[in-house]
Amino acid sequence: MESILAVAIGVIFASSIYMMLRRSIVKLVIGLMLLSNAANLLIFTMAGLTRGAPPLVPEGQVAPPGAVADPLPQALVLTAIVIAFGVLSFAVVLVRRAWEIVRTDDLNRMKDIDT
Amino acid sequence: MVRSGTLILSVAARLLLPLQLLFSVFLLLRGHDEPGGGFIAGLVAAGAFALYFFAYGQYALNAMLKVSPRDLVAVGLLIGLISTLPAWLAGEAFFTAQWWSLPVIGIKVSTPLFFDIGVYLAVVGSVLTAITALADTAQASDASN
Amino acid sequence: MQLMVLAGLGLALMAPWLHRRLGERSALVMAAWPLALAGWLAFQGPGILAGDTLLLEWRWVPALDITLTFYIDGLAWLFAMLISLIGAMVLVYTSEYLKGERDLPRFLVIISAFMTSMLGLVLADNLVTLFVFWELTSITSYLLIGFHHQDPAARRSAQQGLFVTVGGGLALLAGLVMLAQAGDSWSLAVLIQRGEQLVGHELYTPMLICVLIGAFTKSAQFPFHFWLPNAMAAPTPVSAYLHSATMVKAGVYLLARLHPALGDTTLWEMTLSLVGAVTMATAALLAIRETHIKKLLAYSTVMALGALTMLLGIGTPGAMVAFVVFLLAHSLYKGALFMVAGILDHATGTKDVTAMGGLRRVMPWTAGIACVAALSLAGLPPLLGFVGKELMLASLLEALPYGGLVLALAFLGAFLTLAVAGIVALKPFFGSLGDTPATPHEAPWAMLIGPALLAGLSLVCGLLPGKLDGLVTGVVSGLGVSDPNVHLALWHGVNPALLLSLASLLLGTLVVRYWDRARGVLARFDRLAAFGPEQGYERLMAGMVHLASWQTRWLQNGQVRHYLAMTLLTLMALVGHALFIRHPGPLAFHVDAYFHEVVVAGLMAAAALTACLMRSRLAAVAAVGIMGFCIAMLFVLFSAPDLAITQLLVETLTVVLLVLVLFRLPRFTRLSTPLERCRDLLVAGSFGLLMTLFMLGVLSADALPRISDYMVANSQPLGQGHNIVNVILVDFRALDTLGEMFVLALAAIGVQAMLRFHADEQSDPATPGRRPDDG
Repeated sequence: MESILAVAIGVIFASSIYMMLRRSIVKLVIGLMLLSNAANLLIFTMAGLTRGAPPLVPEGQVAPPGAVADPLPQALVLTAIVIAFGVLSFAVVLVRRAWEIVRTDDLNRMKDIDT
Repeated sequence: MVRSGTLILSVAARLLLPLQLLFSVFLLLRGHDEPGGGFIAGLVAAGAFALYFFAYGQYALNAMLKVSPRDLVAVGLLIGLISTLPAWLAGEAFFTAQWWSLPVIGIKVSTPLFFDIGVYLAVVGSVLTAITALADTAQASDASN
Repeated sequence: MQLMVLAGLGLALMAPWLHRRLGERSALVMAAWPLALAGWLAFQGPGILAGDTLLLEWRWVPALDITLTFYIDGLAWLFAMLISLIGAMVLVYTSEYLKGERDLPRFLVIISAFMTSMLGLVLADNLVTLFVFWELTSITSYLLIGFHHQDPAARRSAQQGLFVTVGGGLALLAGLVMLAQAGDSWSLAVLIQRGEQLVGHELYTPMLICVLIGAFTKSAQFPFHFWLPNAMAAPTPVSAYLHSATMVKAGVYLLARLHPALGDTTLWEMTLSLVGAVTMATAALLAIRETHIKKLLAYSTVMALGALTMLLGIGTPGAMVAFVVFLLAHSLYKGALFMVAGILDHATGTKDVTAMGGLRRVMPWTAGIACVAALSLAGLPPLLGFVGKELMLASLLEALPYGGLVLALAFLGAFLTLAVAGIVALKPFFGSLGDTPATPHEAPWAMLIGPALLAGLSLVCGLLPGKLDGLVTGVVSGLGVSDPNVHLALWHGVNPALLLSLASLLLGTLVVRYWDRARGVLARFDRLAAFGPEQGYERLMAGMVHLASWQTRWLQNGQVRHYLAMTLLTLMALVGHALFIRHPGPLAFHVDAYFHEVVVAGLMAAAALTACLMRSRLAAVAAVGIMGFCIAMLFVLFSAPDLAITQLLVETLTVVLLVLVLFRLPRFTRLSTPLERCRDLLVAGSFGLLMTLFMLGVLSADALPRISDYMVANSQPLGQGHNIVNVILVDFRALDTLGEMFVLALAAIGVQAMLRFHADEQSDPATPGRRPDDG
């Protein structure tokens, strides 16, 4: 399954880069969202995938009975998701403000307007 | 764009808000043992407030919250930092967890719990800051239309 | 002791306050600190000069083996003594020289910071500590040269001095690191015991070159000599202190310090003696052209520094004795002469020697001090300068197979030095009274006492050189000369060195007599300066600016896409190189998946592609949303319930955000040409492919043991939690989480700031940002 996900993640990376290279700043933001998702999945997948064994210790025991999914990448990705959301909200507000001032979403035109 | 919503939305928001907030607190408290925790609970609470905000608008939200979302972020950070102090007072390494048992109700209290509460507040505060900021600008441009 | 030295920094902080309380007298009060240090040193003196060394240890960064240890042997003692004594005199002198200067507090701050750094530099035992202090002296020197910062010339000179010395400092850092590697220690006291190990080491040559560049730039050796005369833009106390007595000697100090460790090879001897001699001769010729009294003295300082370097290069016991005596003599007379130059400048309002004359009647004390100091500079009996010069010439005569060239250059330097001394002592004070901008008057006592003491010391030491035997023996024994047998005397009988001295006296007198004509002759060679090192420096700086602006235009053209593409291409080149060339390995592809998993993964990839192709914003956002839900599904399938919940919640909130924003923006339009699309598609496609291959490569490689086993095992026993992910977040790795909270807070503050900006703008209707809305 990891191999298949690797291909799917490659596709998401490619889409995100393509979007980020566009001139519209909205597409840039969408690219950013795709990129953060791809990166999260990459970390998650690289640690190896485990089916049906969440990293929880059953009630009344000191350790999980068998092998469980690696909790560390999960913890990393969990914060990464929230941080990506924080960054996205910042970017979105920035885009919004920029639009109000320069009235364009074309990055080339934005560059030429001195405000 | 953001105006007071339809009847269904208003009623739903009013009914759901306490339930959602309760649920978020539940998620926060059980987070140490079951799926949940500060980040998730914070997002649930932020979602609840966002719904209320869509139904009733900025002023109603501010009136209900009584504090600005920005202050929530600050309080969250502060609690997170304060939760490191007991370990320091006990002469242990920075961030070493400290556990106490409340004698009467038998609930375990710990610095990680406080830390998680700090995370919770920081998440709620920053998400709400972004949403209200955007709504502000949206209203402003509505007004100028 | 460390505290005593570092107290200088505290004093620097207090200087503005002292100044407010005491006015100009604050400089006098501050002079108590170097005097106290000098007293302490004098108290330790007999022991140290008898051969003891003091090692005062203070651990600073133990993990990196960096200590603030002071190592005091004879050499360090002599330097520290000179620094504190001359420092005290300079402070006293300053109280009068900068009287009424508005920026006096700033001056006092910087000069006490400099004093601390300089003391730290000569006393430091640890190489890193030495380097830190070395750079601090460069920085304080920069601030002092540019003290009159309104003057563009001063700013330019300050920058030049900084670039040259700090550039050399970088080379020195490399050299010191190599030195520590080769000698297996960061301690100077240890390193100087390991000379043979260092000289035999394969890094010896690069290490020596780096250290020499550092020392030569600091001590203004050819071809880096040009910054020192320009540094004369600084106030005169600075020139007297930093640019003749102390800082410029740091390079010489370092060479002397490392002489036992790195010396004793042909490379060392050849380089040092030749560079020193060439510096001497060049500076001598340049000096004769000058009429600016401070620059004249500056060139003669360069000559002296060249002489010192040359003596270290010769390296015989005789040369070492000459080195120490010459160093001492130079610090005494040059400090005095610079202060005299300052007095003259103050009294006459000009720095041009040719404009002054006949001042001995108005300023008898100054004239007397100047004559005594100049006699020492000229190397005439009965002054210490004479003893030093005789020793130097004697050691040249006895040394070196290729000594002829060095001797010739040194002789040129010697008689031109004599000429400089003559010019400085005779021109301003004798002859007819010159026409100067200000009416000359005798200087106040505070300005006279410093130079008078220094000149007096020159005279006393010259008359009684035998008293210095103990001092010189103590210092020389620290320079790696075993069994020193020092007997200084004024009169050695008639010997070749004395004959050379007489010849130089004759030639020097002739130069003074026909100075104007000599200047005229030398002026014809001015065009040669176009090929000099200073021009090289200018070219280099201009080239750097040119390069910077070119690469900024090319790389940073203001288009985010361009930056992104550049970063990606670099990343792809590096990762690709690592993946395929450095570590080629198998790329295994395993299909061990259930049908529903493949469907979810496929849907996810398809949704991402759809997001790119959609012309409508709503569809694009919806496609991203579908992708997010597919990811959440994958988290569910692969045992990550917390992630699944988080992802779902974030997706919901993201939709809220986008709804609030994106639909106020214009529709997507086709902005790029087909060619641009193909190019971007190529970049994006290859990046995606690379990431896939990278993941396959990593997954095919041997798996390393998981680092989270400890956390899994201890989550319940130590963390008292059953949800291991949450225990990691709030307990095991709580510090990371705290950092992430701060990131969130920063994002919120950023949003808030933009909001504030918006509110300000609305309250100000004149802001052009808001136009009448058309949509």
